[in-house]
Amino acid sequence: MATQRKPRLAVWKFASCDGCQLSLLDCEEELLAVVEQVEIAYFLEASRAVVEGPYDLSLVEGSITTPADIERIREIREASRFLVAIGACATAGGIQALRNFGDVREFAAAVYAHPEYIETLKRSAPIAEHVFVDFELRGCPINKHQLLEVIAAYLHGRKPNIPTYSVCIECKLRGTPCVMVAAGVACLGPVTQAGCHALCPAYGRGCFGCYGPMETPNTASLMTWWREQLGASPQTIVRALRTYNAGNEVFRKESEAYEHAHD
Amino acid sequence: MGAYELDGSPYALERAALQELLDVLRAHGYTTVGPQIEHGAIVYDELHRIEELPIGWTDVQEGGSYRLERRNDDALFGYNVGPHSWKRFLSPPLRLLWRARKTEDGFEFVVDEEPPPRYAFIGVRACELHAIQQLDAIYMAGAATDKDYQRRREALFIVAVNCGKAGNTCFCASLGTGPGVGPGYDIALTELLDGEHRFVAVAGSVRGAEILETIPHRSATDADIALAEATIAQAARRMGRSLETAGLKELLYRNIDHPRWEAVAQRCLTCGACTMVCPTCFCFSIEDATDLSGQVAERWRRFDSCFTLAFSFISSGSVRTSAKARYRQWLMHKLAAWQDQFGAIGCVGCGRCITWCPVGIDITAEAAALRAEESGQLQPEPAAV
Amino acid sequence: MTAQRMAFPEAMRGSAVSPQAAQAPILSLDAFRPYRCRVAGRQQENDDTFTVELTPVGARRHAAFAPGQFNMLYIFGVGEIPISISGDPAEPDRLLHTTRAVGVVTRAMAKLREGDVIGVRGPFGTHWPLEALQGKDIVIVAGGIGLAPLRPALYYLVAHRKDYERVVLLYGARTPEDLLYRSELERWRARFDLEVYVTVDRATGDWRGNVGVVTTLIPRAPFEPRNAAALICGPEIMMRYAVQALQKRGVDATQTWLSLERNMKCGVAMCGHCQLGPHIVCRDGPVFRMDQIEHFFGRGEV
Repeated sequence: MATQRKPRLAVWKFASCDGCQLSLLDCEEELLAVVEQVEIAYFLEASRAVVEGPYDLSLVEGSITTPADIERIREIREASRFLVAIGACATAGGIQALRNFGDVREFAAAVYAHPEYIETLKRSAPIAEHVFVDFELRGCPINKHQLLEVIAAYLHGRKPNIPTYSVCIECKLRGTPCVMVAAGVACLGPVTQAGCHALCPAYGRGCFGCYGPMETPNTASLMTWWREQLGASPQTIVRALRTYNAGNEVFRKESEAYEHAHD
Repeated sequence: MGAYELDGSPYALERAALQELLDVLRAHGYTTVGPQIEHGAIVYDELHRIEELPIGWTDVQEGGSYRLERRNDDALFGYNVGPHSWKRFLSPPLRLLWRARKTEDGFEFVVDEEPPPRYAFIGVRACELHAIQQLDAIYMAGAATDKDYQRRREALFIVAVNCGKAGNTCFCASLGTGPGVGPGYDIALTELLDGEHRFVAVAGSVRGAEILETIPHRSATDADIALAEATIAQAARRMGRSLETAGLKELLYRNIDHPRWEAVAQRCLTCGACTMVCPTCFCFSIEDATDLSGQVAERWRRFDSCFTLAFSFISSGSVRTSAKARYRQWLMHKLAAWQDQFGAIGCVGCGRCITWCPVGIDITAEAAALRAEESGQLQPEPAAV
Repeated sequence: MTAQRMAFPEAMRGSAVSPQAAQAPILSLDAFRPYRCRVAGRQQENDDTFTVELTPVGARRHAAFAPGQFNMLYIFGVGEIPISISGDPAEPDRLLHTTRAVGVVTRAMAKLREGDVIGVRGPFGTHWPLEALQGKDIVIVAGGIGLAPLRPALYYLVAHRKDYERVVLLYGARTPEDLLYRSELERWRARFDLEVYVTVDRATGDWRGNVGVVTTLIPRAPFEPRNAAALICGPEIMMRYAVQALQKRGVDATQTWLSLERNMKCGVAMCGHCQLGPHIVCRDGPVFRMDQIEHFFGRGEV
């Protein structure tokens, strides 16, 4: 981005909780450095405004759930030099992708008095299912240090140092004894992508898989171990795999393998 | 037992003398580090008082399983190795190599070297001492020297402990790397629990002898020494596992395409946990980064693992994409290629990779399976190396 | 070039750098800290490939290098990559690197202008064992950018031409536009004491030369197999076929050297990334004698 003017940054929101956008605000002192380097041309909550551009870097939060979303994400793509999907919603469909396992019309009928006014897609889809995405930053929510790294990398034309290996590696770098090995706690860390600095295991909890599958996940092997050695029930397995990244292909398939199993 | 073949006559120390040992080391400017219980496991952390040791605890280890249990005594060192290894103190997982600032005329390095920490490791096991010596060969004895490692290593004071028990995943006896400590320590201790709780102590260096002289001691009796030797011998007999090393390198080189690799890949998570807990795994990545302004650049060095895709990345993509290839790389490097690269087997038999593999994959079982397939018959043609 | 400055050690293994380079102060300070160099010149070789000339900032000088060795080049804030040295070993002060813009770092390199400062670590690795090959026919087989690490060998051979029998260059590129060092190729081709054969995978424009992969040149190239040594660099697949074609003509593995690519991070046999079976490519390579790597080279994912 060797332009004379400051590069223009935009932040867009689709179906999501705003948590990932808040990570940017959460940067506090680093936020000043961000503002020094980029013009924040578009940000927060203003999801109904018209897409103007061009933008050098668009951060897109949220999943695609309505026909209008599809149109808007295409406009954003056209107006953006680089487009980075941020968070589990934008990269996997988010928790709302749980509806992908059911019938969205039934849900609408159960929730709304007038479901006929609800215009929605059958599935909650990640951004990359509709437009080309330059980079996917995982997490629920994303990690602010990783976000700054991605912004810095795109500003200076280098590759973001965002590892795609397992949470185990971060857990070990941090020095946390493995909760699965030392305490028999079911943990998704071995099949989940790093990025959170192995937060949950550091507090004695198993990894919830917020960052989605790691680069080469072997969920079948891990779930066999959960079943046979940790005594996890099929329901436990299905629930563990169907959270923020339920819509991800890898977790979805593995959860379906256990969906109709019984103890 | 190697420990007693060195210099000086063995001393006997009372339990109380161990605190004095810590105090003397700290008075000499060492940061003492030793085993402690944290999150249900025995890890290495700064040790101020002997009471912080896992007194009266032991560990029960199996493939993919580790539990602490009470002993029926007050042993200070009545356990084996945990998830940490000493490498994280000698070669920290994440290290800033340098920082540079952009200038009108290019860039310049910002010099901000810190004095290296002076560590005294308390409770280094035989296998771990071998592991440290493996790292020495890689980081200090090659064409280039890792200066930071070298400075930490040269300042290091090692209080080794002979193992009085062996874990289910231990196999140092079959590799000749334990359970009695070999040369390289400053002081070696053997804990005696029969009768009076005491330690047999031997100095392995001049500074070790000097430190030992300053703490309360008496000469060890023949009975003390006999008991110490018997304690170590007993641990050697109780190893949970073993690794046959005869012809191991050739065996592995011959079997690059063996179907066993595919079988283990079905279970392997490629999570890299084994490489992180291994006391000899030395691989690191180099990461270049900038701040947001692009005015300051840094180079970081971070533990890396041959189980990651990025590890073998070249212009045409990753060399080792399959789990099979990555597991094979790890095992074959550790047990075979290491011998060609650095002159020794890269495994010290500590068993960490077995215990801390989330699905309990066993390096000794994998090597044994390949050997069994060949029915113990070595084929005539060794690898062309 | 004096013999003293350019003694090629016999030993392939364990010799990380040439003796001259080993005396250089780079590594004794900090193995991971580059020394700064200014871009003194820049030459576009073809669409995506270019050569930079690097001059050290300040009083220091480049260490001597041997043909086939590489440097780690650092672009401020972007990253560092291994690039072979492509200049004349007799002129170590004129450090040349030819690079194709394919990755993030090389694309940043492509944007370098004269006067820009980058970092250099090296030289690292083994070299083409030219001094040991005196009296032989030398067959150089290069594919694409693979000519870059072989050019120093050609410079050396030309400078010591009388010490060798026939010198043959077989060079292949995708199209005529992809050929590197075109004017030099012409100059070499014009010499009576060099045999230069060039081929392209796909002819374009008014190309009237050979068409086909470079390995098709091997069967009819003018050299005496029993007295030949081959130096090969190119994509791994091309090198595999080249080795086969050479063996068919009777040049065996002990007389065949090739330069391998692996992920390199440290350059000093510490970081573990560049392994090929028992070999640490930054230390034991990148130039290997074929019989030393036969068991591992070209085997899937080793």
